[in-house]
Amino acid sequence: MLVALASIAIGAKELSPEQVWHGLFQDTGTYGDVVVDERLSRTVLGLLAGAALGLSGAVLQALTRNPLADPGLLGINAGASAAVVTAMTYFGVTSLDGYVWFAFFGAAAVGALVWFLGGSRGATPVRLALAGTAISAALYGYLQAVMITDDAALNKMRFWTVGSLSSATDSTILQVLPFLAVGTVLALVLARPLNAVAMGDDTAKALGANLNRTRALSMLAAVVLCGAATAACGPIAFVGLMVPHVVRSFTGPDLRWILPYATILSPVLLLGADVIGRVVARPSELQVGIITAIIGGPVFIFLVRRRRTAQL
Amino acid sequence: MKSNRVLRAPGGLSVRSDVRAITVVALLLLAALAASVLLIGTGDFPISAGDVLRTLAGGGNAGQEFIVNELRLPRVLVGLLVGASLGLGGALFQAVTRNPLGSPDVLGLGQGATAGALVMIVLFSGSAAQVTLGALVGGLATGLAIYLLAWKRGVHGYRLVLVGIGVSAIVTAVNSYLLTVSDLVDAARAVVWMTGSLSGRDWDQVWPLLGLCAVLVPLVLANARGLRMMEMGDDVSNALGVRVERVRALLMVAAVLLTATATAAAGPVSFVALTAPQLARRLTRSPGPNLLSSLCMGAALLVTADWISQRVFGADQLPVGVVTGVLGGVYLLWLLVTERRAGRI
Repeated sequence: MLVALASIAIGAKELSPEQVWHGLFQDTGTYGDVVVDERLSRTVLGLLAGAALGLSGAVLQALTRNPLADPGLLGINAGASAAVVTAMTYFGVTSLDGYVWFAFFGAAAVGALVWFLGGSRGATPVRLALAGTAISAALYGYLQAVMITDDAALNKMRFWTVGSLSSATDSTILQVLPFLAVGTVLALVLARPLNAVAMGDDTAKALGANLNRTRALSMLAAVVLCGAATAACGPIAFVGLMVPHVVRSFTGPDLRWILPYATILSPVLLLGADVIGRVVARPSELQVGIITAIIGGPVFIFLVRRRRTAQL
Repeated sequence: MKSNRVLRAPGGLSVRSDVRAITVVALLLLAALAASVLLIGTGDFPISAGDVLRTLAGGGNAGQEFIVNELRLPRVLVGLLVGASLGLGGALFQAVTRNPLGSPDVLGLGQGATAGALVMIVLFSGSAAQVTLGALVGGLATGLAIYLLAWKRGVHGYRLVLVGIGVSAIVTAVNSYLLTVSDLVDAARAVVWMTGSLSGRDWDQVWPLLGLCAVLVPLVLANARGLRMMEMGDDVSNALGVRVERVRALLMVAAVLLTATATAAAGPVSFVALTAPQLARRLTRSPGPNLLSSLCMGAALLVTADWISQRVFGADQLPVGVVTGVLGGVYLLWLLVTERRAGRI
């Protein structure tokens, strides 16, 4: 809540708390009110996208039994980007309603591909991360080829691929809201069977879990969540990676606690990063995707170093 | 191992040679040279292969000599050297990380060099030489950072790969940021650089590359024995008398230098470092790092890719990185599928 208020108050134009209050509850069209309106939709999008990314990260980590799973690292972001640039360049799609579907399709296709190539059974963290990185590299090659040949695409894509909340409008939020809602409910319902999956395939079967159904549904939930978030704000890495680790440190391994906490904590992280980005580079701003990568990269390296190699 | 021949000299010296590997190296060299001649002949002013050879030997007319020696030969030489450096660097990285996908592109060296180049292009609107310098510094700094961050009583292959992936994600974010703050002209220039291109390379780029290769290639090949032992694991190779950490550090430094210089000269041409060692290994069918054959394979691949891009898209329409990217992507998917089936990744 505090971060959300800060996100509304802080920006290129400082607003006093009274102005924020005024804008939120007694809209009279003053200059401050307009600013609050804009920042409000940005904040709401940040809350939703953050929750979606954190939740999908937690689901992916449970599903792959892999502490390093993250939509960015698994190439899902690259898939969405490649699909969006295709939509923009070759199909002339410019509106969000148009390319949200492409982003989904790209995210889902790459998610499935990485999952398959990474060795659906017995996937080790290294194997998945490598499959994801390799596919991202191939897709970014394609992106670059398109961007070289088409200046208009370059101009749009270079802003889209950073991951930013600044393009938020109310209609963006309404577009992605249904997907996020479905994904969130699905993920939270799956907490229990995923707990069983986390214990290993054999144990899970013995406990009566339907492995294939759980896997397929969790992958679906993760892709819907992160595809929608990516479609709305562009690829944002590492939120899905960091938050589940932080949450796990105080809840223990039970997903029925991890998933709700991740849903609450991730928006805090994302909005926090967004606020930082607006403060450090005032009067312009650093896009949120850059801040999360700069914070998240070291966390990732720390996780790699802390774990004994046997566990990786 | 039928193809091994052992030459014994009087006095107890003996050299074991793998005939198949030597044949492959010879054929690849031949292919690289043939592709180079074709590439020199290709362009807005086509020259036949015979004329190219005659001009190179010093017997062409003035026009041909200018085009061949001043315009196209340096470009082709840069291509050969960059390809060779990338192939060798890739083979070293894959051997040190003991992972077929542990190439410099995946480990973030390319991104690091890109960051250095982008800083020069975007923040300082630097000249070509400054961009090259920036890329060199960026690549070396990234290599050092990865090595130090992965260091924990020795560098373990998997930790190196994962730390590299992390570093590369951070640097990629910095790169995208630099792209967003640049104006469109700079951004277009940056994207061409990021794809990897050979166009407009002249003798100034050839000499440093050639000098570095002349020093590093013999150094690396001299240490190839230790590297081959190390594929059996650190403990075994220690027992066999290889100073593992020292050899590894030396070869890593060599690999980083090779890759960073190559990237500085031509931009991060994707997938050459990843695919050249793999293809070389498949051709020689011999275990071990296959350093020499990877080197030749890299050179052949890059020059051929450049020739393809010139023929298919027309002279200097699309940079060579696009062709290697597309070919590499397809190869990579095939590789992932087959390696998965064999359970080797």
